[in-house]
Amino acid sequence: MARALINVPAKAKRGDIVEVKALIAHPMETGYRHDIKGESIPRDIIKSFVCSYNGEDVFRAELFPAVAANPFIAFNVIASENGVLTFSWTDDHDQIEVRTAPITVE
Amino acid sequence: MNLLRHRIGLAVACAISAFGMLAARSAEISASERRSGFEDMSRETQAMQSDDSANPGMLWVLEGEALWNAKPGADSHACADCHGDARVRMKGVAARYPVFDEANARPIDLEQRIQQCRRDRQQARPLAWESAELLALTAYVAHQSRGMPVEAPPDRRMQPARERGRELFTRREGQLNLSCGACHDDNWGKRLAGNVVPQGHPNGYPLYRLEWQSLGSLQRRLRNCMVGVRAEPYAYGSPELVALEAYLMLRAGGLKLESPAVRP
Repeated sequence: MARALINVPAKAKRGDIVEVKALIAHPMETGYRHDIKGESIPRDIIKSFVCSYNGEDVFRAELFPAVAANPFIAFNVIASENGVLTFSWTDDHDQIEVRTAPITVE
Repeated sequence: MNLLRHRIGLAVACAISAFGMLAARSAEISASERRSGFEDMSRETQAMQSDDSANPGMLWVLEGEALWNAKPGADSHACADCHGDARVRMKGVAARYPVFDEANARPIDLEQRIQQCRRDRQQARPLAWESAELLALTAYVAHQSRGMPVEAPPDRRMQPARERGRELFTRREGQLNLSCGACHDDNWGKRLAGNVVPQGHPNGYPLYRLEWQSLGSLQRRLRNCMVGVRAEPYAYGSPELVALEAYLMLRAGGLKLESPAVRP
């Protein structure tokens, strides 16, 4: 399982704009490189990222080979209700990494 | 005519060697001017290092924590079985390495200590230099000393290695005929191809280098610089690289550890 670091403020006031940060360990191999024998290194990247807030998608990104290793994604959401933020990363092999973080809205 | 040409040639050679000797006499950085490479980075890279949820080096620290508590083989011990809680027991360790190892009667660095523990006490397979696992364990141990000042132990047995390190640091080498000191003692703070030349302190290793897109050890960085001046780099784990590390830690005395740091 890939290591990931999520940062969501544990508490927020209703209507606050809060910053959410997600960092995941991934080589993001472009598919354009060759090994020392001259053979092509197959592409292996995370191709999409989705963040949902109590089941509703609030942020979605497509990733491409130009994105550096260990992609870091930061964005803002409006703290509307108590609940859970779910983060999922999908790679070229359609393997999905999922992490969750709770948020308390007062 | 031939004689005259010879004389002129000799005079030029003398002038070049005199200049070379002058330039090679590196001025050591005084304690008041000593500063971490952190100060020479852009605000954005500084912010990346300072925020644990944005610092990619923390991914290795997480991995290292898992390895610390896991048994490397079915009938062997985990690091935690002997050492206990790394957050307590490993505090300050990275700030004093390399140290003198009595068993082998030579100085060893933190990676070598971890390898030695694996081999002799855990009976586990050795880890390759720069492997993800060795970097993760080293990062986890080094992270426990974050914020503590670098302090080379006053061990007289380390003296020969530190002197050898100083000699290697100030000796010109490679096709570009540069010493470490030619940049990091004499020209720090100036620019080389748009980048600020740092003082070259080892206080953030293992660190995440944006150029590498990975964590890397101090030895990787040293070898990298040697290739940069087109010299033959010493092998990983060689006494020369450990001597350089020992000298660098002495030279960086008092700077705070930043492991895992981020560098461009």
